Amino acid sequence: MNDIVIACEHLCVAYQDKLALENITFNIHRGQFWGILGPNGSGKTTLLRTMLGLIEPLSGTVSLFGRAPRQLGALRDKIGYVPQYAQIDFNFPLRVREMVMLGRSRKIGMGKRAGADDWRAVDQALARVEMTDLADRQIGRLSGGQRQRALIARALALEPDLLMLDEPTAALDVGATEGFYEWIHHMHRQMQITLLLVSHDVGVVSRYVSAVACLNKRLVAHGLPQEVLGRETLEGMYGCDAMFFRHGDVPHMVVSTPGHDHSHEHPHS
Amino acid sequence: MDILTFAFMQRALISATIIGTVCAVIGVYVVLRGMAFIGAGIAHASFGGVAIGITLGVHPLFTTILFCLATAWGIAFLSEERKVREDSAVGIFFASSMAFGVLLIGIMKGYQADLFGYLFGNILAVSSFDLWSSLVIGALVIFVVWLLFKEFLLFTFDPELARVAGLPVKMLNLLMMSMIAVTIVISIKSVGIVLVSALIVTPAASAYLLSDDFKKMMLLSILIGVGSTWTGLLLSVWLNLASGPTIVMVATLIFFICYFLSPQRRKLQRDIEELKVEVKEK
Repeated sequence: MNDIVIACEHLCVAYQDKLALENITFNIHRGQFWGILGPNGSGKTTLLRTMLGLIEPLSGTVSLFGRAPRQLGALRDKIGYVPQYAQIDFNFPLRVREMVMLGRSRKIGMGKRAGADDWRAVDQALARVEMTDLADRQIGRLSGGQRQRALIARALALEPDLLMLDEPTAALDVGATEGFYEWIHHMHRQMQITLLLVSHDVGVVSRYVSAVACLNKRLVAHGLPQEVLGRETLEGMYGCDAMFFRHGDVPHMVVSTPGHDHSHEHPHS
Repeated sequence: MDILTFAFMQRALISATIIGTVCAVIGVYVVLRGMAFIGAGIAHASFGGVAIGITLGVHPLFTTILFCLATAWGIAFLSEERKVREDSAVGIFFASSMAFGVLLIGIMKGYQADLFGYLFGNILAVSSFDLWSSLVIGALVIFVVWLLFKEFLLFTFDPELARVAGLPVKMLNLLMMSMIAVTIVISIKSVGIVLVSALIVTPAASAYLLSDDFKKMMLLSILIGVGSTWTGLLLSVWLNLASGPTIVMVATLIFFICYFLSPQRRKLQRDIEELKVEVKEK
């Protein structure tokens, strides 16, 4: 049985005349937890948006569940998407439960109202992210971490096989970020769905994921974090000398090595 | 209250109810999507449609609907291509359509029609035909909003998720622009080209200040919209003032009352107070 959920083959994506992604090839298998890592402007979000069919590739292919993103049809119901936090207007007059229901829109069907089964799925998703008590709260009255979990509940309301998260910890402080990854790691083990998250937190993410894809427009390396995240990969990703601080075998944080030119630290596209 | 027995007054009150409701419903989407300028732009562009109707000797309703729909689609098309920013597209259509209307009317020698009525509205002059056409078109708009309630909500709140979910986003956008256009057309006879955008934006913006829930915002917007049109109309008759501007002034007054009553504003003040206390304690 073919258990490939996402397949990228020689994928190139361009914005106007500039290449944003170059020759990306890798597969994500069912049940894996992948981190797409790289500095700002490395094309991580572009890759995610291409996978979702929001951007058309210049060349090469990407497929989800064996189909091109724009030909997914009913298979779209298998994909939960959690956008970047900054994209959402949390002042919108909407309560948590209704926002989560919107995530199930496609499954409910166009022109139809949510039925008992749909509300049950919404409540289950809220329970899964431990937000049942906050279901009637206006979304703007949630803390940063709660907002992020509400967005995840919205994606889970579809009961997806694949969950894709774009920079889920961008609005969280360091302590909350650690807690968030602990929680999502636990959720992944419980639900056994395929999980893909995009992040620039190389150090933190690599401790929780089962595989990483390191990007800097090109795929610098991909595979098991402990095997892939060596000095060479980090230099390829950041375009400068860099190294990991480790706690034993566990990568902890990326630091630039002394004497390097800081102007190259975070290449922006 | 003898005035209420006159047929023109009854028509005016029914018209006030219809446009108060439809403008308030559409206004919720206009406010939440930040499209207030589009509303004003399409409203001003409708002057071109009115001028064509008068020139051709056709009822301006038909030509204005076609003209406003074409303008709305033109704005949507230009901004969809992303070569022109949406506000630039609105600005271009806004001015050029008015200029076209003024030129067309200028060419017609000896023209005597009440242009002032189209610019600033006269709800007391609403005919049975105006009333029936606004009822049918208004009912159609409300029906489409009811039918696609969930879809318009998702599209307004998070257009990207709407695309990821495979919703026909382009179609929803065109439909929304078309509904804004026809809502404007059925309202200009009552409140006028210059003032109609206020009736779309102000009740919804007032409701936004008091709501933490989408349905509640829509209901409040309708209440404020109909409340403004009724109060404005009755006040204008009582004080012998122009009806359109009185309705708009009432709506604006309600907006400022809502602004000072707004829970968000009160919450902000409470947060600031709490913060001050925390800083003092430290």
